[in-house]
Amino acid sequence: MEAKVDEQPAVRVQAPTVPKPREGKTAASQHELKMGARDVNLWYGAKQALFDVNLEMFDQSVTALIGPSGCGKSTFLRCLNRMNDVIDICRVQGDIRLDGEDIYAPQVDPVQLRARVGMVFQKPNPFPKSIFENVAYAPRIHGLCSTKAEMEEVVVKSLTKAGLFEEVKDRLDEPGTGLSGGQQQRLCIARAISVNPEVLLMDEPCSALDPIATAKIETLMDELRESLCIVIVTHSMQQAARVSQRTAFFHLGKLVEVDETPKIFTNPTDQRTQDYVTGRFG
Amino acid sequence: MEQQHEHIVRSYEEELSLLNNKIAKMGGLAEQVLGQSFEALERRDPELAAATINEDEEIDELQREIEEQAVVMIARRQPMAYDLRQIMAALRISTDLERIGDLGKNIAKRAVAVVSEQQPKQLMLGLKHMGELSLGQLKEVLDAFIERDADRALAVWYKDEEIDAMYNSLFRELLTYMMEDPRNIGLCTHLLFGAKNIERVGDHATNIAETVFYLVHGRAITDQRPKGDTTASTPVSLKRTAV
Repeated sequence: MEAKVDEQPAVRVQAPTVPKPREGKTAASQHELKMGARDVNLWYGAKQALFDVNLEMFDQSVTALIGPSGCGKSTFLRCLNRMNDVIDICRVQGDIRLDGEDIYAPQVDPVQLRARVGMVFQKPNPFPKSIFENVAYAPRIHGLCSTKAEMEEVVVKSLTKAGLFEEVKDRLDEPGTGLSGGQQQRLCIARAISVNPEVLLMDEPCSALDPIATAKIETLMDELRESLCIVIVTHSMQQAARVSQRTAFFHLGKLVEVDETPKIFTNPTDQRTQDYVTGRFG
Repeated sequence: MEQQHEHIVRSYEEELSLLNNKIAKMGGLAEQVLGQSFEALERRDPELAAATINEDEEIDELQREIEEQAVVMIARRQPMAYDLRQIMAALRISTDLERIGDLGKNIAKRAVAVVSEQQPKQLMLGLKHMGELSLGQLKEVLDAFIERDADRALAVWYKDEEIDAMYNSLFRELLTYMMEDPRNIGLCTHLLFGAKNIERVGDHATNIAETVFYLVHGRAITDQRPKGDTTASTPVSLKRTAV
């Protein structure tokens, strides 16, 4: 028994020195904090859409944002790469940090930010260009490749990572819009990851896809999170339960509860979360 | 968790209450089988015993129904949170109730077997008392399930120690009888198994108590339950009869 007691401090020394997250030490939050939102408030004109949202998103894990329509989850997601900047009447207050840096600081270039924080939308939206050009576009404008061979390598690598290469390798010069819905969405993911983002935001990426295409995207998310922080907005609670490590429940612009995904779907703390995940919301 | 709101999908709500009703019905039947088996043993009534043995089949059938309904609900509804726990609880409780039914049936069978034997009153009294206690535990835990009352379930969980203690003393008493006169061995063995069955009923009642606690709180009971059954490690010596 004594030997055991002696061993304990040695184990503790090896524990990661990551600062303890506020929600307590949990499986997903053992990864490093990638993005953190603190006291985020947002207004569309006079109407407030987000109220004091505090949320931590961890590296190498999927954070799912769930909640009824109009609860602010997509609005919050769009704050994370300043997509709301393009909406004139939208005003954001609070603190959002990527690796500890304020992404709303004046010196931050939103275009550079969006290369680090990529986004995939609900409806697949490939450019009306060839499959190759869809993926090559972003590395080109960001000047990531100097030679044609380099560019080819990036395109093949991105398409492979997105699980699409095998299906399209013989028709890279055909239009991206000619692919099936699920393939188009994976093309958009390939496009988003072509510039090696650190965070991938996904706004209901599977709501326009059939179950097989959805399963492929979900498998892909599982693979991608090895090297990425993924934040996904989804209306499908089953999807959130399947793909995410942490789940945040939004309601009426407020973050009601965030916890490990298994906890949210088996034993949520807040009655509103309970009502929502069991389909009891009035 | 506070009072549950109604489901948006009414048929889902109906399925859940159907599941609950089936558990309640199954619980009532298990109580009945158990009570009758004690009575059959006490009154040495082979007819009541036979009827009791038949009733167990209905419990088995209900368990099959509950299992099937739960599987279909998981497939069709993909239940979450409290709903998921309700369905898991129904599955677990139905398994325990089915086992309780079997134990009752087994006691009824033994009642038939010992019908012609002379039964020492004191022994029967001990067995009867133990039976009443286990039946009370079962009733209490089923009420706790219906009321979703975790505190009541926890009380049942703690009280199981009493049954264990009674079983221990009955075990020693039966051993003494057997040592005194080998002709008692036949009867006493049946009674010993009967007592063991009753003790097992108590264990299933504590299982159900654990399930009710999980259903309400979403976590397991973390306390250490006092374990009272020590008969497995009781040495048996026949010295007194080996003259």
